[in-house]
Amino acid sequence: MKRMIKTVLFLSALVTFSAMSEALRIEITQGVSSAQPIVIVPFSSVQVVGGLPVDIAQVVSDDLARSGRFKPLPRMDMLNKPSSADQVNFRNWQSLGQDNLVIGSVTPSANGMLTVQFQLFDVYKGEQLTGFSIPANRSGLRGVAHRISDLIYEKLTGQKGAFSTRMAYVTSMPGINGKQEYKIQVADADGYGTKTIVTSSEPLMSPAWSPRGDKISYVSYEGRRSSIYTQTLRTGQREKLRSFKGINGAPSWSPDGSQLALTLSKDGSADIYIYNVITRSFRRLTRSYAIDTEPDWSPDGRQIIFTSDRGGKPQIYQISANGGQAGRVTFEGSYNARASYSPDGKNIVMVHRVNGQYRIATLDIKTGFSNILTNGELDESPSYAPNGSMILYSTNDGLKSILAAVSSDGKVRQKLRLQGGEVREPAWSPFK
Amino acid sequence: MKMYKNLVMGLLLSTALAGCSMFGGDDGTGTGDGVNGGVNGGASTTGVGDGSSFSGHPLDNPSSPLSTKVIYFAFDSSAVEPQYEAVLAAHGAYLAANAGVSVIVEGHADERGTREYNVALSEKRAKTVQNLLSLQGAAGNQTEAVALGEEKPVALGHDESAWHLNRRVELIYPAH
Repeated sequence: MKRMIKTVLFLSALVTFSAMSEALRIEITQGVSSAQPIVIVPFSSVQVVGGLPVDIAQVVSDDLARSGRFKPLPRMDMLNKPSSADQVNFRNWQSLGQDNLVIGSVTPSANGMLTVQFQLFDVYKGEQLTGFSIPANRSGLRGVAHRISDLIYEKLTGQKGAFSTRMAYVTSMPGINGKQEYKIQVADADGYGTKTIVTSSEPLMSPAWSPRGDKISYVSYEGRRSSIYTQTLRTGQREKLRSFKGINGAPSWSPDGSQLALTLSKDGSADIYIYNVITRSFRRLTRSYAIDTEPDWSPDGRQIIFTSDRGGKPQIYQISANGGQAGRVTFEGSYNARASYSPDGKNIVMVHRVNGQYRIATLDIKTGFSNILTNGELDESPSYAPNGSMILYSTNDGLKSILAAVSSDGKVRQKLRLQGGEVREPAWSPFK
Repeated sequence: MKMYKNLVMGLLLSTALAGCSMFGGDDGTGTGDGVNGGVNGGASTTGVGDGSSFSGHPLDNPSSPLSTKVIYFAFDSSAVEPQYEAVLAAHGAYLAANAGVSVIVEGHADERGTREYNVALSEKRAKTVQNLLSLQGAAGNQTEAVALGEEKPVALGHDESAWHLNRRVELIYPAH
């Protein structure tokens, strides 16, 4: 708690999730005072026999609070709880200083299905901004809640919401036999629905999403040598890429899903290669005697940025995906590594050393303006949300590595805690 | 195997000579003239000394540089420091003398910096060591460089005392 919480209101917005033993617990450690006040009234479900397994309004409220751009009104401060437009008295909400209001209901429909209906209102104009009726089954209600969050967020900010996305990350903790156990897990963006996709007694590294979000490539040291695997999430089936002597690492998918950039050291030092998923052939992209690794594709698929110590210290370079001369991108500081592009391609985010501390920084490629976003000592593995609003990364919390998120302007911060063990190398999924 | 025996003999000889040089010293380990040993019918016995007449596997001999199998590096450096040159020379000579023996040269890094860069850095360390072994006559197929980056630390702290122990290359003889 080095950083004091800026807004007292955010103390009440402290979000904790502890439903599952391995669920991530998300807490907002720094909010902004400019967050928009919004009311999300509990959805009515009086007609649903047995009630609902998910409190939809709570999920939506938590989503919006986590973005740092909204300040949901606590339920105890709500004067009444309307569930249809004719029950809404806009003046009441105006007097509470609220900008927007969300109401909704869940009703049974045919074949045991449910219909989730919601409306978003501008409290001052007294008019509806958007409203949807969404069919759902009981087990899909969390997903529907995240979609509602996406729709509200997009309507009010003009930016696509990323609440329906997921994250992959690596965990490491002692197993039953005392030996270290490594896992790659996938969870919803709010930490729920944790699923382990692979477990190993040797290190797992560098999870990378395919652009459609249906596959994850990663590095595994099973057999004590590194290999790259691509695993289909739905089936759990995986394919081992042809592996070579030395390093097989740092996979990164091209935006069209046809190629993987990766690191091999089969020809001497670590260099970047391009693997064609269809022809299964490898093409060498960089040829230096230095370390070249950690490739990432520009959103248009034309450029690749990577880390290289060809100038003596690790810095970020950019090269055409077709090859050619690499140009240096970073000049500030003596350690810049593991860069990736923002979804709009205008910025990169990377690990930047300042006064011996490793922090997450962004760099505007055109202007060269850089911004240090975090204040940890060993922050690493930054990963942009697909809408560019937030950046997931790993940081040290005491002796443990945990995940954290920071808004891309550095103003909002969160910590994501997993019960027991180390969590690292987060990778934010693309949009569904 | 014959060469191996010769090496063992050589080692025993050199340690015996080392023992000789201590004759007359005040550490009480020098023996051999029968004064302290049992004397029977003109035969003389010798004491076991302080372990200098090591009879185990040469890779385990605590007084041999071969017993050192981990060497440490400076931050973001893959240069072998002078104090480890004798260690690597001994391992290289051992491999050269034992063509059937192979070693895994496992590189590691401390937790600072990014993970895949550290994999590459740890490989650079392993390859530097591999090259020094081959300079002593170890054949290419006797050594394999493996790069584990910061994934397998031996010390879990977050300060230089831990980082120093983690910036390492381990020589692993799988058959040993």
